[in-house]
Amino acid sequence: MNPLELESLSKKIRIEVIKMLAKAGSGHTAGSLDVVDILVSLYFSVLKHDPKKPTWEDRDRFVLSAGHMVPALYAVLAEAGYFSTDRLETLRKLGSPLQGHPHYDLSIGIEASSGPLGQGISVAAGMALAGKIDKQPYHIYCLVSDGEHDEGQLWEAIMFCAKYKLNNLTLIIDRNNIQIDGLTEEIMPLEPLDEKYRAFNWYIEEVDGHNIDQLIKVFEKSKNQNKPTAIIANTIPGKGVSFFERDYHWHGKAPSQEEAALAIKELESA
Amino acid sequence: MTVETKDQVIVKKATRDAFGEAILQLARENKQIVALSANLAESTRLDGLIKELPDQYFEVGVAEQNMAGIAAGLALSGKIPFITSFAAFSPGRNWEQIRVAICYNNANVKIVSTHAGLSVGADGATHQALEDIAITRAIPDLVILSPADYYEAKKAVIAAAEYKGPVYIRLSRQPSPFITDESTRFEIGKCNILKEGKDLTIVAMGLMVNEAMLAADKLEKEGISAEVINCHTIKPLDKQTIISSVKKTGRAITAEEHQIIGGLGSAVSEILSENYPVPIKRIGIHDCFGESGSAGELLSKYGCNCDNIVEAAKTLISNTK
Ligand SMILES: Cc1ncc(C[n+]2csc(CCOP(=O)(O)OP(=O)(O)O)c2C)c(N)n1
Ligand SMILES: [Mg+2]
Repeated sequence: MNPLELESLSKKIRIEVIKMLAKAGSGHTAGSLDVVDILVSLYFSVLKHDPKKPTWEDRDRFVLSAGHMVPALYAVLAEAGYFSTDRLETLRKLGSPLQGHPHYDLSIGIEASSGPLGQGISVAAGMALAGKIDKQPYHIYCLVSDGEHDEGQLWEAIMFCAKYKLNNLTLIIDRNNIQIDGLTEEIMPLEPLDEKYRAFNWYIEEVDGHNIDQLIKVFEKSKNQNKPTAIIANTIPGKGVSFFERDYHWHGKAPSQEEAALAIKELESA
Repeated sequence: MTVETKDQVIVKKATRDAFGEAILQLARENKQIVALSANLAESTRLDGLIKELPDQYFEVGVAEQNMAGIAAGLALSGKIPFITSFAAFSPGRNWEQIRVAICYNNANVKIVSTHAGLSVGADGATHQALEDIAITRAIPDLVILSPADYYEAKKAVIAAAEYKGPVYIRLSRQPSPFITDESTRFEIGKCNILKEGKDLTIVAMGLMVNEAMLAADKLEKEGISAEVINCHTIKPLDKQTIISSVKKTGRAITAEEHQIIGGLGSAVSEILSENYPVPIKRIGIHDCFGESGSAGELLSKYGCNCDNIVEAAKTLISNTK
């Protein structure tokens, strides 16, 4: 797919995500909407994967460390063909594989359980290390949130990845500047974030997290480094819907059916 | 919150709401009290305190381990810190900091955790703390409170502030009916007999106390007389009350929104098997993870409602006639 087609796919996914959240009646709207372009770039251009063979050993792996943003991942996985899009409406319902936070289930493309922040990046580091030990060709991608950087475990993993030169790992940082009830720079200041990663001996790139063309280019670049890569993806929380955008109150709230209808209308007419 | 059923109006409130009100009241009266949040201030109901007493509030970010350590340092320097998060993360993630920095120092820290149990609902297994009592119960010098309703939660928070030493308070997100009222006695380490009976003893904690009362009503109609004990203090366990009740009834059931391994069921089994062995059945989660769903659906699916207690009671009685 060319970047234009991917952009319209992103729009479709955003609509899907809003429907899922409204139907579930709970979930995380802001982050789920702002990581869509990143996930679309990965699953429809960058990742080496086969939805019909989810256990294929040579596949690239994606770990969603910021597990609360999983509605976007489910919508992307369904669109990619891991499972039928009909199942998306079972999000957060009893008995559904589409759990409120990711539950390890390769049959639907979920590579690791996550949700408690700071853990996914360590699991991704372990997968990357295994790839090195076994001289496997696959690449590991991991998405962490900015608020997740408050956890000590994340920095433990950052040091580990640099020590073992895990250049088969690419970390995407969802830099949306919010974390639950406030701005990251008020709750726990992170800046200068790029300098921190550089000091920890990582290769660092910064990108507009909604520019699919640019995202794909930096992902390709990240495969040819001699150290692990961190991509700071600047995103707008609630991306695509004016009354969600940049408002941290939408961190952990699902839209009502009326709000969802308005949001979908706005996305469709954009 | 009010829920209207066919013939009555049931008023419900979550125990986390009681915490929000109690901590504000305590912090007004005692400037040594400080509250810490790991980026869940609103969910744990600290918003009132933050608004009125911002100088007594500290946001540590999503860093539960650091929060426990900071609280220990504050306590060793004369403050009375309340640390707050979801039970899955505190004491879930910061268990070892609670063990050493807080308990081994005997630091006067209050660990207040909301979103305990299956009733968390749709967030799923990662966010449903079902092992928190098991892991905290094994730590020396830690008092553990699991209040049954809004009024009791308020009293538990106030009692914890008055008590000198580490306390863990387990609270719920889910609004639940009132079982106690403003005048019900609350004393750490002294459980309350809510209903007297002679055929079996039901020892329950948290949201399961209400289920135990409902079960006792149903059993009464079938001619089975159940004694119901509200075990709001898991540690130190009120051995005397539990043992003397069981001496009278000869059978025990425990009920908790927690794994049956290591929780209230284990605690009661331990003291009874050493002091006065009787047949026991444990109601709770049977060694598995939870999942997404509504609170009601999950409590039914995982065997944590009044019907499970009724069934267990009947089996126990028919097995021991
Ligand atoms: C260990 C842990 N502590 C607390 C939480 C609760 N929590 C869920 S999302 C979140 C905010 C983190 O910030 P970020 O991921 O940047 O949030 P967003 O951008 O989606 O608002 C927190 C504290 C958690 N999931 N895991
Ligand atoms: Mg964020």
